[in-house]
Amino acid sequence: MVTSSALRPQASLLTVLLGACLLLLPVTPARAAGVEPLPTREIARGIHVHQGSHHAWSAHDGEDVANIGFIVGARCVAVIDTGGSPAIGARLKAAIERVTTLPVCYVINTHMHPDHVLGNAALKTGDPGQAFIAHVRLGPSLSARAPYYLEAFHRDGGAALAPDAVVYPTQTVTERTFIDLGDRKLELRAWPTAHTDNDLTVFDQETGTLFTGDLLFMGHLPVIDGQLRGWLHVIGELKALDVKRAVPGHGTVTDDLRQAIVPEETYLSTVLREVRAAIKAGVPIARTLDQLSATGTAGWQLADEFHRRNLTAAYAELEWED
Amino acid sequence: MNPNRRMLISLPLLLAFGKVLHAQQAGATDPALDIDANPMWRQFRDSLFAGRAITTPADDVLKLEAPPRAEDAAIVPIAVRAQAPQTEARYIRRIYLIIDNNPSPMGAVFDFTPASGRADVETRVRVDAYTHVRAIAEMNDGQLFMSTRFVKASGGCSAPPGKDPQASLATLGRMRLRVEGEPVLNRPALAQLMVSHPNHSGLAMDQLTRNYTPAHYVRLVRISYAGEPVLTAEVDFTISENPNFRFYFLPKGRGELKAEVLDSQSRRFEATLPVQPIAGPA
Repeated sequence: MVTSSALRPQASLLTVLLGACLLLLPVTPARAAGVEPLPTREIARGIHVHQGSHHAWSAHDGEDVANIGFIVGARCVAVIDTGGSPAIGARLKAAIERVTTLPVCYVINTHMHPDHVLGNAALKTGDPGQAFIAHVRLGPSLSARAPYYLEAFHRDGGAALAPDAVVYPTQTVTERTFIDLGDRKLELRAWPTAHTDNDLTVFDQETGTLFTGDLLFMGHLPVIDGQLRGWLHVIGELKALDVKRAVPGHGTVTDDLRQAIVPEETYLSTVLREVRAAIKAGVPIARTLDQLSATGTAGWQLADEFHRRNLTAAYAELEWED
Repeated sequence: MNPNRRMLISLPLLLAFGKVLHAQQAGATDPALDIDANPMWRQFRDSLFAGRAITTPADDVLKLEAPPRAEDAAIVPIAVRAQAPQTEARYIRRIYLIIDNNPSPMGAVFDFTPASGRADVETRVRVDAYTHVRAIAEMNDGQLFMSTRFVKASGGCSAPPGKDPQASLATLGRMRLRVEGEPVLNRPALAQLMVSHPNHSGLAMDQLTRNYTPAHYVRLVRISYAGEPVLTAEVDFTISENPNFRFYFLPKGRGELKAEVLDSQSRRFEATLPVQPIAGPA
């Protein structure tokens, strides 16, 4: 019989194996000359955004996938997501240094997916005043997945990253937290399970700009890695917010969040309705994936990569409905 | 439970994760991706089936269904379908499910009886690495048959851990047991068991506390009808969060379908369902 006590040594062995099997590359900060700054655009005073390209995250051609950005205050800088590899993080750092000499005092992650967090290490200054902030559930969710993320990165042709390439939060948000960059207050809000179980939004009060993280996908098919019904509920709340502009996790900056979120809401609602109907009709999971393989995907990029996965997740969730 | 068998299941667990990493670094020529040379498989073959012939392919005896790619690494639907009904004279006694390159390759062992009606089972498993998946049937006379499929790992940000472990823990042990359609006398009836459970592997460390989330998973499912066993499954965290099984039983009269679930922390859950089969066409 396998008991939990019997598993503990294996669990610590996992760490050893990771250390032993991979060629350890030290994570070096991007001081090095010749790091090309990531192209960014100042979308509002002091708010700089880099738009990622629509790919599935991988080391091969998809390190630069998520939208990432930074906000400059009078005292210091907050970074919002860091990109899909230490190299992207280093280029983001170079982009910040091109704009300001102020230090990065906050690194905020909007959720645990690798395209948003794997650049963290490059932004680490070692200053004890610097905080890495995320939803209270990001730590556990990321640590459960980190070995797989690093393995996939390496498998797809990227460097073998040491486990310390993954930088975990030093400060967490349970509901709402305000941080001050010097004459500039940001509201960080932790949401119930939606896209993932650790979604966090960042709102800049001065300009009315909301970083939605992957609660908003535009162009890139939304990916369900949390709870479909929870996500639709959160979309309802986002639509009610009074914001001047929104930075989605994937897609273009918009000045009309309510309108921009409609395609995502339509897609997710369609998945909900159709999968629910399949379950009600007694169609098993594998056949449901085949029957709905093109349902709701018109107009979206990356449907081949993510639609069947979404149907799978939706089925496993909705099966528990009464 | 047979302690020896459980030991066999757990032994190769230690080495498996390192194996996966090697397999994926080395590419397609690696033995981990070779259907005969995979070291995990060789170990199982030599320890469990030493010196016995295994007929493969054997899709006329049992058919393994698995998607060519693990769309969601945390939820990969798998089905094993027997190609003949269970009879007293000839039946599948046991089906081993082996996922070569998973942390725990032998994630499930299913025991069937003639009262199972059909030795079919559908479930959902975690698959992260490129891997061969094997279903090996052992007949009541000891003959062995194997059906295999190759499953590619998922791309992007998909990973095997559950999506909302707090939610499944909040409803830990909640079960659903139901029969699909109207059960007919002496005809295999399809049933489904769902268990709310995080099915934690114990392989993930919380980086803040440096503690491992304790292993906590369903390890045994025992299903009987009218007091007779129809399916016994020895499983582990290979099975997805919120374990789900579809299976058959043969109603020979009115009876109670009963599912008993034990987890790795010795919690026990039970669900029952009264069944009144209707008479079939003569």
